[in-house]
Amino acid sequence: MAAVAQKATLAQKLKRWEGLPYWLILPTLAYLALFFGWPMIKSFELAFQDGGDWTLEPFRTMVNDIEFSRAFRFTLLLIVFIVPVQFVLALVMALLVNAKLRGRGIFLYIFLLPLAISDLAAGIVWSSMFTELGYLNTVLERIGLIDAPYIWINFQSESLLLLTVVVAEIWRSTALIMIILVAGLQGIPRDYTEAAEVFGASFFQRVRHVILPMLKPSIQVALLLRIILAFEVFSTVIAITGRGATVLAAEAWRWETANMDENVAAAYASLILVLSVASAVLVLGLLRTPREQMQR
Amino acid sequence: MTQGRAAFLFARALLYASAVILSLWVLIPIYFITLAAFSTQDAVYHYPKNLVPRDLSTETMSFFLHSDGVADSFQRSVYVAALTLLFSLGVGTPAGYAIARFPFRGADTFRLAVVSTRAFPIVILSIPLAVTFIRWGIDDSVLGVSLAHSALALPFAVLVTSSVFAGISIELEEAAMTLGCSRLAAFRKIALPLALPGLAAAAIFVFIISWNEVFAASILTLRNPTLPAQLLSVLNESTLPFKFAGGFFLLAPSLLVIFVIRKYIFNMWGRVVR
Repeated sequence: MAAVAQKATLAQKLKRWEGLPYWLILPTLAYLALFFGWPMIKSFELAFQDGGDWTLEPFRTMVNDIEFSRAFRFTLLLIVFIVPVQFVLALVMALLVNAKLRGRGIFLYIFLLPLAISDLAAGIVWSSMFTELGYLNTVLERIGLIDAPYIWINFQSESLLLLTVVVAEIWRSTALIMIILVAGLQGIPRDYTEAAEVFGASFFQRVRHVILPMLKPSIQVALLLRIILAFEVFSTVIAITGRGATVLAAEAWRWETANMDENVAAAYASLILVLSVASAVLVLGLLRTPREQMQR
Repeated sequence: MTQGRAAFLFARALLYASAVILSLWVLIPIYFITLAAFSTQDAVYHYPKNLVPRDLSTETMSFFLHSDGVADSFQRSVYVAALTLLFSLGVGTPAGYAIARFPFRGADTFRLAVVSTRAFPIVILSIPLAVTFIRWGIDDSVLGVSLAHSALALPFAVLVTSSVFAGISIELEEAAMTLGCSRLAAFRKIALPLALPGLAAAAIFVFIISWNEVFAASILTLRNPTLPAQLLSVLNESTLPFKFAGGFFLLAPSLLVIFVIRKYIFNMWGRVVR
């Protein structure tokens, strides 16, 4: 009897609060509308305006700017070179973390370190490595691979500039991909890999035929996130190459801060948004898992 | 049998070797920037560089910390990060609690909306906000930057706090209410204390998100930059000692942060990206 009465009061108490969740999410909705949704709309508006009139002028200025094609090209090249290397590296790290090694906690901590390092700090760190009188040249000279300091940050060579930024970005952002892959790995039932092992599958066969297919959703998320974040990279490029190389986000920043032209800056920002969303759709489409395949 | 054993040992050795090599790949650049930050200014210009800690000195660090604008921008960075923490967790924690506790209509849509904000780059937020903040009279201010940083950190705060609360059994709160607690008291006395460590980890990470952010900070400030914005603006004219010491100073908190929150990271990011 008493229990029933108690149940009833609990139900009453809960019932009184039916509208509560909506009140709880209201501040978040309001904040996101004000500081996320509205600026985004405003950004497009700015990109299509010039002195209050509707025009395509900001986009024309953007496309005709001498830095535009260089920035566009470099941004895409960064993604093309970073993503594959980074995924292999992150997968190896994730598999190592998942293997029951002694000192696993220490390895995990070390692999995670770059997660909280900013792109600016990573850029400065790697400029200390790559600069002409820097650490990389010292090490290479010490082990006898070079006789005189090699110029890594060479404004004449796009491929060298690309290499230095790619290395720094892989160093900085692999931790995030690894986390997603580790979370995915932990979701794979041990029976699957054990069964494959019993039937004589080698380690690489297990990775290829069991682990990778089961990791597909995690890989999709990681790829999505990675590509979106790649469009935002800019201070690494500035810290390492100075004005030697540029990317779309760096151009948005320069038009806003140095040229004081918010319309062209907004045009760059809109372009970045469109490219991010387009590549998100592309990734989702390419890696789509058909329903029948999932049920198999 | 012995052959199998040898193969096993070889495979193990290979695993440890790869783990060590990858650890060195992460650690060596951190080691070198630390070395640079704690050598004399002369040593920073010297080539070939010292590869082992010799002639350690705080001269370079102290030169950096006493450079124009560094102390002020450091202080502003801390204020901005603290306000960001306050805003994003203050606004986001209730929403996180709502997602974790109530199966309300529209919960999935709300969650999806919050997750999808990740697809929108900060680049697109800061430029119009610069215009708006001038109109509001909070341009070039700590408040302005922290409002923008909170927009960046809020989705993260909502998802992380929801995963923290989801990890605490709802029955505990219901039991307290059955025993006469009000809804609010049940939250305050049961759910909140249990959630505190997870919330603290979320707070630390929100702090570092703001501490690291440079694009919005540099666009929204002019004479009152945060530390990363200040560094970025003088980067191409600054001396090597200034640059390296600044890089180390920017990076140092992250080493500590990852150590403190390492147990929560998978829970936090696992939920955020799913």
